[in-house]
Amino acid sequence: MIRERLSGNEAVAVAMRQINPDVVPAYPITPSTEVPQYFSSFMANGSVDTEFIPVESEHSAMSACIGASAAGARVMSATSSQGLSLMYEMLYIASGMRLPIVLTCVNRAVSAPINIHNDHSDSMGVRDCGFIQLYCESNQEAYDNLIMAVKIAEKAMLPVMVCFDGFITSHSVENIELLEDDIVKQFVGKYEPEHYLLNPNEFISMGPLDLQNYFFEHRKQLADAMKDSKRIIEEVSEEYAKISKRKYNLIENYRMDDSKIAMVVLNSTAGTAKEVVDKLRDEGIKVGLVKPRTFRPVPVKELVESLKDMKAIAIMDKADSINGFCGPLYSEITSALYSEGLNIPTVNYIYGLGGRDVKTSDIEDVFRSLLKIAKDGKKSQTTYYLGVRE
Amino acid sequence: MIEIRWHGRGGQGAKTASLLLADVAFNTGKFIQGFPEYGPERMGAPITAYNRISDTPIRIHSNIYEPDYVVVVDDTLISAIDVTKGLKNDGALLINTSLNLEEIKKFFPNYFGKIYTIDASKISTECLGANFPNTALLSAVIKITNIMNKEQLEKNMLNSFKHKFAKKPDVIEPNMEAVRRAWEEVKGGN
Repeated sequence: MIRERLSGNEAVAVAMRQINPDVVPAYPITPSTEVPQYFSSFMANGSVDTEFIPVESEHSAMSACIGASAAGARVMSATSSQGLSLMYEMLYIASGMRLPIVLTCVNRAVSAPINIHNDHSDSMGVRDCGFIQLYCESNQEAYDNLIMAVKIAEKAMLPVMVCFDGFITSHSVENIELLEDDIVKQFVGKYEPEHYLLNPNEFISMGPLDLQNYFFEHRKQLADAMKDSKRIIEEVSEEYAKISKRKYNLIENYRMDDSKIAMVVLNSTAGTAKEVVDKLRDEGIKVGLVKPRTFRPVPVKELVESLKDMKAIAIMDKADSINGFCGPLYSEITSALYSEGLNIPTVNYIYGLGGRDVKTSDIEDVFRSLLKIAKDGKKSQTTYYLGVRE
Repeated sequence: MIEIRWHGRGGQGAKTASLLLADVAFNTGKFIQGFPEYGPERMGAPITAYNRISDTPIRIHSNIYEPDYVVVVDDTLISAIDVTKGLKNDGALLINTSLNLEEIKKFFPNYFGKIYTIDASKISTECLGANFPNTALLSAVIKITNIMNKEQLEKNMLNSFKHKFAKKPDVIEPNMEAVRRAWEEVKGGN
């Protein structure tokens, strides 16, 4: 284990160096630019033998990923915000062709107005594109998830998006524990695709016209692959725990054991919220936190298991669905609860859009309002915009 | 946990200084955070950077609103923005300035914590022949925050300079001189 201090972007670039993918096509966009930037310095000094393709747009970046992956290469890229939006068309093609591409998404707001800071509008906007989505609280989780993503993608035959917060995680330098290069290389192993275009012994077509006769079945196979990826993510995480001593589940339960009040929150804000959970527990108030690591697939069983005995729940969305109702995490998690016959007073907070800083006092306000809901057994409103000026 | 807020102007190296401090604290075995508050990034515009230094892992990921220490890289900022906002009264304020302590104190009639000054720009100009106040400022910050003692700092900085200036070894000693002078020349704290 190597004790280091790195920003989230550096950590991901180091993981990519250790993985040494065959092809990295990328186009720069803040705040993910540093990932290909650091990685290209590893190429320049000869520590990887990757083919780096400096493309002319993110649409081309994902197109090149698809071409290279279909040819049989291990492929990675990184992007944010508008870059991910421009990839939109090709994301569906990557998953539909069942290509195990690993894409780092450094989460950033989507225009307009122009904003370079963090929220989850970009990855939430493509949540139905067929990529597995892993969310990361810290630089450590970004590093660990990226290494696991390679193996998850290749076993599930699905592309994986590793999401972490722009600037807050990507540009903040923090302690991290890195694995030795050879341990990572051994863990990810050599990529040996079952079918690929450059195989001289098998002539195949990929992604051809597929009309009424078979398209539906192929989409069902994609849906099944996503469902089955839960098991694969768990297996790979188990295997990773053996080499890293860090065990990741589909969701993280923090001080949930005797809790009747819970907050569900993704990424870096989970860390801030854990501080608040500890503070309130010191005051004798039993609250807990649930942090989904995967949003695709939705960890339905795990979420229901953790939340079923709650008296009040707050679901935090760092993205808005602009649907006149609620954010994406709220909509899917309450749907999971309802489908299991649970009707727990649950509120939604849209928070931190465009990088609005989330303070411990903001999180504490949410928990205190949950206390009241738990006591009364009812809520007066469903969706709130945390700390917004009216 | 120690929380530090830096105020500087774009291009003066407040962000670099915060990352250097994070590095130095990391080398003593601490858990650290070093991060700037990214704004429009114009040369000369006020910028803020932050550090957290702790003996245990750091989970909080918000900006710092009630710092233990505030470091001001450019003294023209003290009349432009409220640098002591949220600063704890049992904390301290360190300002890079050529003004003397009594003159500086007049700017802060409502701050009751400790105030320190260092003329890091002068030290830098005299030692390095140019205004790169970071090294001297870093030395002063480490002294007032007690992150390490003088011997540890010198050892640490020497290692870091040997690495950083591998191709320019003749600038190592002038930088070390700036470290030593700043340690001695930081004033105030009463």
